Amino acid sequence: MNVLIPLRTIIVKEIVRFVRIWPQTLLPPAITTSLYFLIFGKLIGSRLGVIEGASYMDYIVPGIILMSVISHSYANVVSSFYSTKFQRNIEELLVAPVPNWVILAGYISGGVIRGLLVGIVVTLISLFFTEIAVQNIFITLSIALLTAILFALAGFINAILAESFDDISIIPNFVLTPLSYLGGVFYSVGMLPDIWQTISKANPILYMVNTFRFGLIGVTDVNIEFAYLITSGFIVIAVFFSLLMLHKGIGIKN
Amino acid sequence: MNALSIRNLRKTYNNGFEALKGIDLDVAEGDFFALLGPNGAGKSTAIGIISSLVNSTRGQVSIFGHDINTERSKAKCCLGVVPQEVNFNQFDTVKSIVFNQAGYYGIPRKRAIERTEICLKQMDLWEKRDTVSRRLSGGMKRRVMIARAMVHEPKLLILDEPTAGVDIEIRRSMWKMMQALNDNGTTIILTTHYLEEAESLCRNIAIIDQGNIVENTDMAALLARLHVDHFVLDLAEPLLTIPSIEGYQLESITDKVLNVTVPKVIGLNALFNELSRLNIRVSSLKNKSNRLEQLFMDLIDSSSEGNR
Repeated sequence: MNVLIPLRTIIVKEIVRFVRIWPQTLLPPAITTSLYFLIFGKLIGSRLGVIEGASYMDYIVPGIILMSVISHSYANVVSSFYSTKFQRNIEELLVAPVPNWVILAGYISGGVIRGLLVGIVVTLISLFFTEIAVQNIFITLSIALLTAILFALAGFINAILAESFDDISIIPNFVLTPLSYLGGVFYSVGMLPDIWQTISKANPILYMVNTFRFGLIGVTDVNIEFAYLITSGFIVIAVFFSLLMLHKGIGIKN
Repeated sequence: MNALSIRNLRKTYNNGFEALKGIDLDVAEGDFFALLGPNGAGKSTAIGIISSLVNSTRGQVSIFGHDINTERSKAKCCLGVVPQEVNFNQFDTVKSIVFNQAGYYGIPRKRAIERTEICLKQMDLWEKRDTVSRRLSGGMKRRVMIARAMVHEPKLLILDEPTAGVDIEIRRSMWKMMQALNDNGTTIILTTHYLEEAESLCRNIAIIDQGNIVENTDMAALLARLHVDHFVLDLAEPLLTIPSIEGYQLESITDKVLNVTVPKVIGLNALFNELSRLNIRVSSLKNKSNRLEQLFMDLIDSSSEGNR
């Protein structure tokens, strides 16, 4: 069997799903981030000085773009795969000869595509507020892609382990949002007291945001090579864990 | 070759409940097979294991000679499953449900479009192809699941209570459709609570109770074990008192309809002779379709007693 056919089927189905409900998936980040740029960037940012040689608006744009990529790649997979489980149409995939890695790759691709699409929308909106001269296109695109993959995988794991709709909102509310806000989106960790700088360095989102910022405006608080290493490491662990759960049927089979 | 072969299949759930206690079952290619049993007997667990939705604790299952653990892909390609409850995305259109399933089986796009059309026309759903599935009636939803299960042309089709909760007209049209699929060579395993459905459609039967196969034989042999037949007599005129006829048990349903229990060793002639002598005119006679029901209850009762 040509496994590219089921893979393409899952990806197309996922894209059709989030495009069909675009007022819930693509429109909200456009509105939210416009408000961020307007309030934090324009109104408050104009009263702040420069951070590491960049205006406050320029400084927060990369973080806000990547925060949107993170939340939407995560949200797409967690809601889609949990709904599939809840409505039991996961059985359509389980009775068919679809390898586990194809199921995983299909859903992750759907999440990555939505995450990056939202990232593009937010980037276009940011152009109304500032000019972006990309410093390193390879770093910008590669870290955005790796971040989207990692958080799509996190959404997949959450969906597999979730037993109710309440469970799929716990991670975004209590883990993802705090880590994103504390991940140096709106400030440089160099502005924090020493103890908080040390604590912040345990936050993986800090590395991704700063690497993306380095790609866009050439400013970073972290070591770029180390950032790639931990992002890739987390991806490898999450892929292994996801495939193991699919193989054992955890959360999807009796 | 057997379409399905099961050996020593066991399933114990995490809570300790033993749903299957080592069943053996063979279903021949081309058969129309009934798998019956009361609720909680283990039917759905067995079907779940066959269709890779439930992990077995022990035992072997092969579909057309392909072991579901070692040749999973080949085994799955031979199998189509129509589950008991609706399990497609109710926000998808009828066409996309069937088309996507073809994609999951690796069927190329052009062929998938053709198969989707064929299956939807077979199920009389082509006019509804662009309808969002949640807007369909219960009977139509079941037919969507059959079209979806048939899209990859499986050689073995398992139908888990396909006619549950649908009206008589739809049920009969589904019987015709199932019969046509079987006539075209598809092996069918049917579970149902409508025993007359199993009796009229299936050639072989297994009855499962409390995780064990308590009967596995051909339908004719099973029905031959009945010592009595039940008939309904429509009378030409109303009857004021029910006559007593030796050897037969008569009971009134209405004043013009009688229910008669006829021992097979006596037959019907003596009954009609006696009715004629009593000047009771019978306008029509029909066999009451509860023969399998009686046997089913006897088998389940004896299985329960054996387990006590």
